[in-house]
Amino acid sequence: MLADALPATIAKGLKESMSNSYLVELKNITKKFPGVIANDKVNFNVKKGEIHALLGENGSGKSTLMSILSGLYRPDEGEIIINGTRMVFKSPRHAISAGIGMVHQHFKLIDSFSVAENVILGDDRIPRVLNMKEIEKNLAQLSLRYGLHINPASMVWQLSVGEKQRVEIVKMLYRGSQVLILDEPTAVLTPQETDELFRNIKEMAKSGRGIVVITHKLHEVEQIADRVTVLRKGNSVATLERDQINRQELARLMVGQEITTQCKRNTRPGTQKVLELQNVSCLNDLGLSGLKNITFEVHSGEIFGIAGVAGNGQRELAEVIYGLRKINSGSILVNGTNITGYSPRQMIDCGVALVPEDRLGTGLIPNLGTIDNLILKDYRKEKMNRGPFINWQKAKQKVSRLVDSFEVKVSSLEAPVKLLSGGNLQRLLLAREISSKPQLLIAVYPVRGLDIKATEAIHELLMGQREKGTAILLISEDLDEICKLSDRIGVLSNGSITGIISSDQADINEIGLLMMGETGAEAI
Amino acid sequence: MNHDIFIAILATAVTAGTPILYAALGEILTERAGILNLGVEGMMLVGAVCGFIIALNTANPWYGILIAMLAGGAVALIHALLTITLKANQVVSGLALTMFGTGLSGYIGKSYVGMPLPAPFHKIALPGLSNIPVIGPVFFNQDPMVYLSYILVAALWFLTFKTRSGLHLRAVGENPAAADSMGVNAFQIRYIYVVIGGMLAGIGGAYLSLYYVPSWMENITAGRGWIAVALVIFATWNPVNALWGSYLFGGIDALGFRLQTLNVNVSPYFLKMLPYIFTVVVLVLVTKRNMVKRIGSPQALGLPYDREER
Repeated sequence: MLADALPATIAKGLKESMSNSYLVELKNITKKFPGVIANDKVNFNVKKGEIHALLGENGSGKSTLMSILSGLYRPDEGEIIINGTRMVFKSPRHAISAGIGMVHQHFKLIDSFSVAENVILGDDRIPRVLNMKEIEKNLAQLSLRYGLHINPASMVWQLSVGEKQRVEIVKMLYRGSQVLILDEPTAVLTPQETDELFRNIKEMAKSGRGIVVITHKLHEVEQIADRVTVLRKGNSVATLERDQINRQELARLMVGQEITTQCKRNTRPGTQKVLELQNVSCLNDLGLSGLKNITFEVHSGEIFGIAGVAGNGQRELAEVIYGLRKINSGSILVNGTNITGYSPRQMIDCGVALVPEDRLGTGLIPNLGTIDNLILKDYRKEKMNRGPFINWQKAKQKVSRLVDSFEVKVSSLEAPVKLLSGGNLQRLLLAREISSKPQLLIAVYPVRGLDIKATEAIHELLMGQREKGTAILLISEDLDEICKLSDRIGVLSNGSITGIISSDQADINEIGLLMMGETGAEAI
Repeated sequence: MNHDIFIAILATAVTAGTPILYAALGEILTERAGILNLGVEGMMLVGAVCGFIIALNTANPWYGILIAMLAGGAVALIHALLTITLKANQVVSGLALTMFGTGLSGYIGKSYVGMPLPAPFHKIALPGLSNIPVIGPVFFNQDPMVYLSYILVAALWFLTFKTRSGLHLRAVGENPAAADSMGVNAFQIRYIYVVIGGMLAGIGGAYLSLYYVPSWMENITAGRGWIAVALVIFATWNPVNALWGSYLFGGIDALGFRLQTLNVNVSPYFLKMLPYIFTVVVLVLVTKRNMVKRIGSPQALGLPYDREER
């Protein structure tokens, strides 16, 4: 605004000198993948010492843009300018040596290596013959200097998610990164770990680095960002300064329209116990203890949320209830009948439905069409067959009805479902599961990877089922989602239920403590 | 069984194990880089025939070894091109190359079958070391290629576990995306070690035609390439373990051979089956042990790496 008031030439000079204070400038970046334009003339820059949030929904092109900046992808068009010099990154090596460090959402760590081995990977400054003791000593000093507590000698597979993230950050600091990009850093952290991360980030910004935080969580932007750039469908829609940031505006920019969130419920949960788990224990895939003495019940017309960091027994819990995994001890009751040891087929007949974690692997068959996928559960029922043959006419009728009422967008009923978007896949899966009129619905990470609109639609479907009296077990790692939908919340930590709280008394910090394994008193 | 025969069997075990050892060392490097090479048998055969022809014509086995190495490497380069650059299925490519190698070596070597080699490798007793009881005659009264394999085992162990290059090699096999994001050139490393692996397989093959037999006959390897592939699992991708493993297999090979000469009343066909039966048994036992101890194959073994994959 100041520049506008000045004569054109001075304004130009001012702009130029301003542009020199940028650590990074991305100009008109375009990147196309087969069938999609992931980035369309995107502009983005990072100043010294700032925390710059890159906000956008899944698929808006945030990760692609940052992968270009970190040298992983090459842009089709556009310029990358680092400290005023135009650069072409042929590989991540170039980006790292130019001071760009990226912490990926899915950590790029080698599990069978030690922390130190992971950190020095790709560093050509160290001697050819490795002296691990000395390297570990140096790393311990480095991590201490930044308040990032890690033990360089420990093996990565033994670390918690929060520790792995610290290793990733140390890795980049070790390589002398001036710009640190964090891709969805809080997705897998407990609230307490998130606070610690934010403190560390602020500390690093103070030391003059530029920090980019990729996120789709609005409250995080409010909490830490000095500036925010919003991406939508591959375009940079706006860049706002700290004092211009407000949630409604950000949401509107991100989605392109107003969103109304409401989750008022009209009915009270019933008193009938639909699902009961009594002291259930099982092993995980590694043959170690997966679930330990799990006891809880879910009533009709109730959403029971399971909170916790992924990998603490969520998958095992869903599989145990659905009969996909054997239990060692305890019993599972559905509507009072002991169903321990039932096969999935028997579970279906008991009125249990599952929306699994892996929707395109376990939930649906990627290479089969919509019809095939939708009749998977009831092809053997009277109505669907003629002797040993499937009555395709009836099947098609039913499927088109479902596709219409659940608003699944398909190009044809025969086309392989793997071509559908995540939101449509989940609608399709829910259509199949809900149409079996279940008494119990298990939903595992039902909105993972979906955009805001699809998330809202899935939430409405779940709440609709609750109104109809279905008991719902909702497993999610998104605390906001859990708190928004659930009537009661059970926290799963290291295979145990560490606490069960009623959602109207839920306090995010308390849940966080329970997630870290501190057992709380059972309210309710 | 008297002492001399016992020593003789052990010494033969080392000789019989050496071609397997070379091939297994090569396969360890290749798999450490994340590429499964089932073409070892073919590369050994091509190495064996090329090495033999050159050694025959130059009357110098060292030239034979050199050319065998280059020939094995050349076949491996095809594997690298197919699996790394073109991202073809590694199993299919490897099987195809084994068949290709078998056919090619038979074709090239047709007129050389049964010809005697004028100058094969000879045993050289290492002064001092060869006088140690038992160990001396077994390990230190051998030919130069055996001695070279000792050095190679130590060198490769050091390279894999103690150097920067080894760290990068292992990283690429475990998680090429992680290695790439840290500036390690995953493609280049995979190419290098696939070719080196093929070179070592070629040497292993040439050892058969230049010392162990020493002559050329069709399918001279008789499945040793496959045993080498199995041995890599037995050795848990560690060059030092491959040494013992090879001698174990060599020992069974030698034992079968000995039993025949001692007129033991066992069908020679059964004796010939021994190393392969042993392979199956060992694989079952070792796989179980590895599962318990959680020693796994390199995580990215068999998976092509594509940087821009979404």
